[in-house]
Amino acid sequence: MTTLVGVDVGGTFTDLFFLDEAAGTFRTAKVPSNRGDEAVGFLEGLKTFGALSALGSIVHGTTVGTNALLERKGARIGVITTAGFRDVLEMRRRDRANTWGLWGDFIPVADRDLRVEVAERTLADGTVRQAVDPSEVAAAARRLVEGGATALAILFINAYANPANERAAAAAARAVWPNDHVSVSSEILPEIREFERASTTALNAYLQPVVGSYLAKLEAALASEAFTGAFHIVQSNGGVMSTATARRLPVRTALSGPAAGVIAAAAISTAAGYPDIITGDLGGTSFDVSLIAGGEAALAAQTTIDFGLVIRSPMIEITTIGAGGGSIARVDRGGFLEVGPESAGSRPGPVAYGQGNDRPTLTDANIVLGRINADRPIGGKLKRLDVEAARQALANHVGDRLGLSPEEAAEAVVRVADARMAGAIRLVSVERGHDPARFAFVPFGGGGALHAGAMIADIGLKAALVPRFPGVTSAMGCVMADIRHDQVQTLNLTLDGLDASALDRRMAEEGAAAHAVVAGAGLTVGRIDVTYELDMHYLGQTHTVAVPLPVTLANGTTGVTEAVVRAAFEAAYSRAFSRLLPGLGIRIVNLRTTAIGRRPPIDLTTLAPAAAATLEGARTGSRKVWFGGWREAAVFARLDLPVGAVVEGPAVLEQPDATILVPPGQRGRVDAFGNIVLERV
Amino acid sequence: MSLDPVTLAVLKGRLEQIADEMDATLYRSAFNPIIAEARDACHGLYHRETGDTLVQGTKGLPIFVGAMAFAVKAVIEKVKAQGGLKPGDTFIFNDPYAGGTHLNDFRLVRPVFRDGALFCWLASAGHWLDVGGNVPGGYNPVATESFQEGVLIPVVKLIAGGETRQDVLDILAANSRLPNSNWGDLNGQLNALDLGEKRLQALLGDYGQAVIEEAFDAFSARAEALMREAIAALPDGTYAFEDYLDNDGIVDERLTVALDLTISGETMVLDFSRSSPPCAGPINISTPTTIAACYVALKHVFTDVPANAGCLKPITFVVPDTTLLGAKAPKPMAGYTETILRLIGVVFGALAKAVPERATAGPFGTINALSMAGHRANGSRWVMFNFFGGGLGGNPESDGLNHANNPISTATMPPVEILEAAYPIMFTQWALRPDSGGEGAHRGGLGAIYEIEVLDARGAEVFLLGERGRYAPFGVNGGGAGALNRFSWTDGKTTGTPPMASKVTGVKLAQGGRVRLETPGGGGFGDPATRDPAASERDLRLGYVTGAKA
Repeated sequence: MTTLVGVDVGGTFTDLFFLDEAAGTFRTAKVPSNRGDEAVGFLEGLKTFGALSALGSIVHGTTVGTNALLERKGARIGVITTAGFRDVLEMRRRDRANTWGLWGDFIPVADRDLRVEVAERTLADGTVRQAVDPSEVAAAARRLVEGGATALAILFINAYANPANERAAAAAARAVWPNDHVSVSSEILPEIREFERASTTALNAYLQPVVGSYLAKLEAALASEAFTGAFHIVQSNGGVMSTATARRLPVRTALSGPAAGVIAAAAISTAAGYPDIITGDLGGTSFDVSLIAGGEAALAAQTTIDFGLVIRSPMIEITTIGAGGGSIARVDRGGFLEVGPESAGSRPGPVAYGQGNDRPTLTDANIVLGRINADRPIGGKLKRLDVEAARQALANHVGDRLGLSPEEAAEAVVRVADARMAGAIRLVSVERGHDPARFAFVPFGGGGALHAGAMIADIGLKAALVPRFPGVTSAMGCVMADIRHDQVQTLNLTLDGLDASALDRRMAEEGAAAHAVVAGAGLTVGRIDVTYELDMHYLGQTHTVAVPLPVTLANGTTGVTEAVVRAAFEAAYSRAFSRLLPGLGIRIVNLRTTAIGRRPPIDLTTLAPAAAATLEGARTGSRKVWFGGWREAAVFARLDLPVGAVVEGPAVLEQPDATILVPPGQRGRVDAFGNIVLERV
Repeated sequence: MSLDPVTLAVLKGRLEQIADEMDATLYRSAFNPIIAEARDACHGLYHRETGDTLVQGTKGLPIFVGAMAFAVKAVIEKVKAQGGLKPGDTFIFNDPYAGGTHLNDFRLVRPVFRDGALFCWLASAGHWLDVGGNVPGGYNPVATESFQEGVLIPVVKLIAGGETRQDVLDILAANSRLPNSNWGDLNGQLNALDLGEKRLQALLGDYGQAVIEEAFDAFSARAEALMREAIAALPDGTYAFEDYLDNDGIVDERLTVALDLTISGETMVLDFSRSSPPCAGPINISTPTTIAACYVALKHVFTDVPANAGCLKPITFVVPDTTLLGAKAPKPMAGYTETILRLIGVVFGALAKAVPERATAGPFGTINALSMAGHRANGSRWVMFNFFGGGLGGNPESDGLNHANNPISTATMPPVEILEAAYPIMFTQWALRPDSGGEGAHRGGLGAIYEIEVLDARGAEVFLLGERGRYAPFGVNGGGAGALNRFSWTDGKTTGTPPMASKVTGVKLAQGGRVRLETPGGGGFGDPATRDPAASERDLRLGYVTGAKA
């Protein structure tokens, strides 16, 4: 079967993208989400494409894990740990939430009375100083079950160096634990640093029952409709995994939803001839930015979900700043104009929504400037936006304080917000050594396209590319993402005199294991690539640089040598810092192995507008838009614009789920895929 | 102020980003964990004539944020006296009397030229692991002169017109037990300066000098306005508070840090005249350090006042050089952290009297600089040096945070596994310390218990510079005090404790010997009788409080 559906369940809406690969056609659907019972919206959306028994496969981007973490609604978990180390999760890395200000406390995901110590100890070199007693572990596990724990984390010190004690403990615990929810640190993350490993493992346990029951509900619902195809989940690393892997490693779904959007943006823009992009998702309270270079999304090794909640696992690197449509503009006591991070969110939302907020937001500023059509609010819930209330709020809170007219105040608010967004983009590009002139900005979600032109002008980006359906980008990403599995293993080897054949054997084993997970996922793939990266540093440093190795796995060997590793390290270190340190010893800390099952590419020209479309037919009128003064701007129905159409700024392109602003001095062009490419004239 | 609000907001973000990026570059490329993990470092942009802080990284070590301006001033003085400033120069020094803090903190200061003229200074400070002296790691608890604490490098040019001076590098290398570590950190600091200069030049290219200078003035004016407004909101009056240090490690007598804080309209006077005189041991501090510490305390209370020199304008400091807070060369200063922690607590205590409903109880207030050192089988030296955590004070919003870092830092603690992989030691305990938080409507945060065993057959020597062995972190508004700091060691048969409560030097432990550190919790906020019964029940259930009073 060649039909694929991507399903992105968001807080308000569930977006679906249906692709018939054989027929070369696609369809989209949007249905209300039902929080707590997502299966209802999920099925309703799927049924719009016909009988489920006819569907090939379904790939799902989910926020159920993210929400459980942010709202602290995971399972009651128990911890079994090394004697003396009961409080690792609670003591963190001895940090505090903010640089300035000493208030606030921290509550770990495992209560202290459900963290039990057992006598056991492994040393840093892997020597077992004290073997674990399985009967002590079993007794501890029983106590935790009696205490109400529904998932278990096993966290032993130095288990990365030798997992023997953890394995013995895991076997004993699993024998008495009433369900499958047992997470073991050396299985989840065999990497040095006990807090990060413990936090990742404990959060995995915290999510296991939640994600497990969520998937069970969906699978039951799908079965009830006679669906017999494959059902897969998007991971935070932008790859897809089987539901079996998702049940075992739910912590890898933490950024499932946003990762799918980034993957789609990468695929769409690479096909359009822009492999180097920066994505920007402008929501109600935040602006999320990711960098894609050469068609590949940047990954972060570690993410902090909230103070003290750390997940160490490769994830699409998403930089978030508190600037969204609902961000509140104010003039501080020192006379500075600030926009965000305080936000009116979607409730009460902007002043113009008339839901009780009287402080101006970024969206209010866009409305006052005529950039948003007050008569056609996005989302369709409100009939008309209250422009006058927005003007009044801008006058009261900004204009009067700074001696600006309401329009000037609104423009100042937009420019400050643009500057903050541009700062986030600089952070992921210029500051990492990327030349912004090579990059295009790809907004997705509803609001980003209003600010795309400003990003080009402020940062000197090459162009902006607005996908044809910005609102369903994440759902599209689900059907495009590759299958992927990441593994890490701490090695702690000195480079001088490296036993390369031992390293090669280790790499081959890790590669084969990762390959097997991908091969067993049950989705069609073109080929499976296995890649290797080492975390390395000079002896004495604690941080590492990521060193991609130019080797591949073939016939059970990678052919790695000391010279290959050294050359790769020096190249990577030089890229990261201005000075090499010749004469100092070099160490390999971790081996990172990734297997990627490449999915067959999707023909994105299927998204292009119908051949019959014309520029004149797409024109819907004109209205006044403020650009340092009122200008008459042409207004077009974006989806009706034909391939090759060029619209000179100032103009506004409208579609049900987004508004694109073409500023003076720029133009928008419809490419062969139906994307709008914004460029300087 | 003639710059438009949009340009100002944009420049504020761009300049802070430059300093932040310098911080991040050093953290990632530094060698010693005190910088790489504990972030004992700082970067910023400073005024070309006054050395005043223009822009500071948002992640830098708070205490440096205040002290760096003095370091840049020291360089400006040197250039005035000797001349010869050129593009491509970089100065290096660790003189604590000129630049504040202590000998471990090396400062690099670089002029940024634009169109042939000095535009501003960039500076980097970082804590180097070992700078010589009697004690590996530098925290010599029994020093009576700076000379026993390590090498003192006055302001000298490390790089002259782009040429690195090998003779200076040789002097530095010859004066440390761990020259490679220092060399790595020095390179990390140079990486940060290189990057900062590149970014600043690019920004100057985008906006021009005049606009950016105008923005600097506006930032300063804004910080001053915000600080004046914050002070004006406090009730007028004089508020006195004092707290004590156990001793100076030499003479076993308590030392007083006393503050008379006067609010008058929108100005504030911080008068430390009633404090003890300079002491024999290493817990003196210099006036720049005192001012920097006050700045840290005020910034924790007035969190939205930005980090530049303008915020100090409404404040007058009275720090006589007849007190240990205004000490001069060659008084020893290695343990400066203990004194500034007490000083910061005293500022909280005085402000608590002015505004009880916004009070913060005393944080644990000791750095516990613990050094364990020895020689490996191959003769090479190892030095495990670390600072330890404790509890923060109860406050109007919450119980104090358990196992936090000190207010002077944003340091994270190296993981047990990193320490065990690097040194021949094994932690046998790494745990919260029950009953260590002061009672209160909002309880003080818990301190910790760390117990470490020596694994190496050649044994180890142990040094500790701590405090709070006799004077506990204070509660406010009726809250109780946190637990005292306790240190001990054992060879399995007998147990030793420090002769002066919180400081020891050169204790020899054989393989299998252990040290045990129990750190203070924070003080409590408000009357314990008014604590929510559910919170008290939870304290008992989770073992934060055992009910069996120690």
